[in-house]
Amino acid sequence: MSAGSTTRSSRVDARFAALKREGRAGLVTFITAGDPDLETSWEIIRGLPDAGADIIEIGMPFSDPMADGPAIQAASQRALNNGMTLAKTLDLVRRFRQQDQETPLILMGYYNPIYSMGPQRFIQQAVAAGVDGLIIVDLPPEEDEELCEPAVDAGLHWIRLATPTTDGERLPRVLENTSGFLYYVSVLGITGTRSALTEQVAEAVQRFRQHTTIPIAVGFGIKTPEQAAAIGKVADAAVVGSAIVGRIADSLDEADKATGETVPAALDLVRALSAGMRGRVPA
Amino acid sequence: MTKTLNTFRSGPDESGHFGNFGGRFVAETLMPLILEVEQAYNEAKVSPDFKRDFDYFARHYVGRPSPLYFAERLTEELGGAKIYFKRDELNHTGAHKINNTLGQILLARRMGKTRIIAETGAGQHGVATATVCARFGLPCVVYMGATDIERQKPNVFRMKLLGAEVVPVTSGTGTLKDAMNDALRDWVANVEDTFYIIGTAAGPHPYPAMVRDFQCVIGEEAREQLQAAEGRLPDTLVAAIGGGSNAIGLFHPFLDEPTVQMIGVEAAGHGVSSGEHAASLSGGRPGVLHGNRTYLLQDDDGQIKDAYSISAGLDYPGIGPEHSWLHETGRVNYVAVTDDEALEAFKLCTRLEGIIPALEPAHALAHVIKIAPDLPKDHLLVMNLCGRGDKDVFAVAERLGVSL
Repeated sequence: MSAGSTTRSSRVDARFAALKREGRAGLVTFITAGDPDLETSWEIIRGLPDAGADIIEIGMPFSDPMADGPAIQAASQRALNNGMTLAKTLDLVRRFRQQDQETPLILMGYYNPIYSMGPQRFIQQAVAAGVDGLIIVDLPPEEDEELCEPAVDAGLHWIRLATPTTDGERLPRVLENTSGFLYYVSVLGITGTRSALTEQVAEAVQRFRQHTTIPIAVGFGIKTPEQAAAIGKVADAAVVGSAIVGRIADSLDEADKATGETVPAALDLVRALSAGMRGRVPA
Repeated sequence: MTKTLNTFRSGPDESGHFGNFGGRFVAETLMPLILEVEQAYNEAKVSPDFKRDFDYFARHYVGRPSPLYFAERLTEELGGAKIYFKRDELNHTGAHKINNTLGQILLARRMGKTRIIAETGAGQHGVATATVCARFGLPCVVYMGATDIERQKPNVFRMKLLGAEVVPVTSGTGTLKDAMNDALRDWVANVEDTFYIIGTAAGPHPYPAMVRDFQCVIGEEAREQLQAAEGRLPDTLVAAIGGGSNAIGLFHPFLDEPTVQMIGVEAAGHGVSSGEHAASLSGGRPGVLHGNRTYLLQDDDGQIKDAYSISAGLDYPGIGPEHSWLHETGRVNYVAVTDDEALEAFKLCTRLEGIIPALEPAHALAHVIKIAPDLPKDHLLVMNLCGRGDKDVFAVAERLGVSL
């Protein structure tokens, strides 16, 4: 089976088609739902499209985010400390969809909170809320029966991670059931730590393009507008997460509460990243 | 109609499942490594060279076979079942942990890996890993919760003496589960040269099966030794359970003997109803963590809760997936014992048998104390005395209000 397209009209496919027409790569932004609190993260999320985010990824907080680095771990912990739950994350998506019908929204996280809610119930609610796709870090192709297959059947994109160790033998397995885009993790490791050389990324993207026509987004270690712009030249989208989450963390007071700086700090970085990707890197 | 399984010993299936439990719930970044370990292990376990090396070091370095000892005074005191201890506390480093670290480091060498990482709670698995790393000359990094480092200073020093680097883990809640998260993060970032020695029969396939296989030496020896002493199979086996590696090692060789009853003893801490415990089966529900589906302590939202027990070796919020399966099939009976009950057993064993047990097997013993008096005198009960209590004397003294 090749990567399928979803039966209903896909915001993700439409967005990548529009980006192609504009002749530029997309900016995918990540923040954790409920970080540092529900209302502040809502203010950030609602401001993301205007700030230049082409696709929004929202992290579902989990107590044990084993593929994430310190920045996103801390964000998860802040959100959980303030009472964030999976149900509240879905509420955020619902609120966002009432004001924005165009911007694709992807939920990213770990399986256990979903398993705890019940996969069928989660899929139903995610579709109803207006979620476009899922990235579930700890569900490799070997466990597709759990959530991937029913999610795809319900019209959600299943977006998988590929890594520098994803070789030609493994890649077809990774691409199976993947749609929307492929998320290339450009460095071996956890989120927000090392950065890859653009040439290596370009090489990997070229390798993947021999196996698939779906867009390729590149993430892990992209922190600055310059890096995002460079990745935008070789891939279909750049994903920025830890850097934005880091700005949020830096803006908090000593008790980890939001300040007047929190929302602008996150959105200013997104504006700068977006400008960089549109070829307007500020001096 | 209930369908009876032909065997309880054939698991896991090819994809690492024990019934509904186990599996490979890991990030794609880890999948190539997991598959590589699985392939290497499948080759190693049928290799005569590998078996020869394992047997050699088990005998001459670890000190196996460990004795099967008739606990005569305890048996008299309780007045019922005839109690034997499988004395894995006499192993080098003082616990069953080294059976597994020995097996895994031999596999790591076979795979050409040059750097070892491990997680540890109380430090026993960390010490057992650092020990084999010293023996085979491989650098060793042990991830350990910052709070555990504070509580377990002697073991931290031991690991450092053995040449290991001990990395304090402050992420999450800074406990064993977070140490495991950080070890997995290290592994993802160092795929080329690093082997991750997991300390219990949990984690992604093939770890639960592999750790079990290395620990089965306990049950295989016990079976032979009891045959020699009594001319028959045991009637009941009892072992403590955190992740469950010592228990599965004792139980597995007997699973297909229908006359042998087995009891796994979890840590009830302040009592399962108090919410402060480490009893995943008695007080948790199925979930997915650290690469496998198994019973977990978690809240209504599926967030993992911290476990609590006086025994640092038992306070893990999960349990090996094979135990979850044996629990649901009913083949093994799982119970829970409180801190106080374990302490009483600790004192009784020390005074009657002159053996200071670790707090982990003290939990198993507490259950033995409950059931033995009502069993007939010809009932053969084997308990796994899986660790010695030297490491616990400080914690016990504090609990008893004695300052050292």
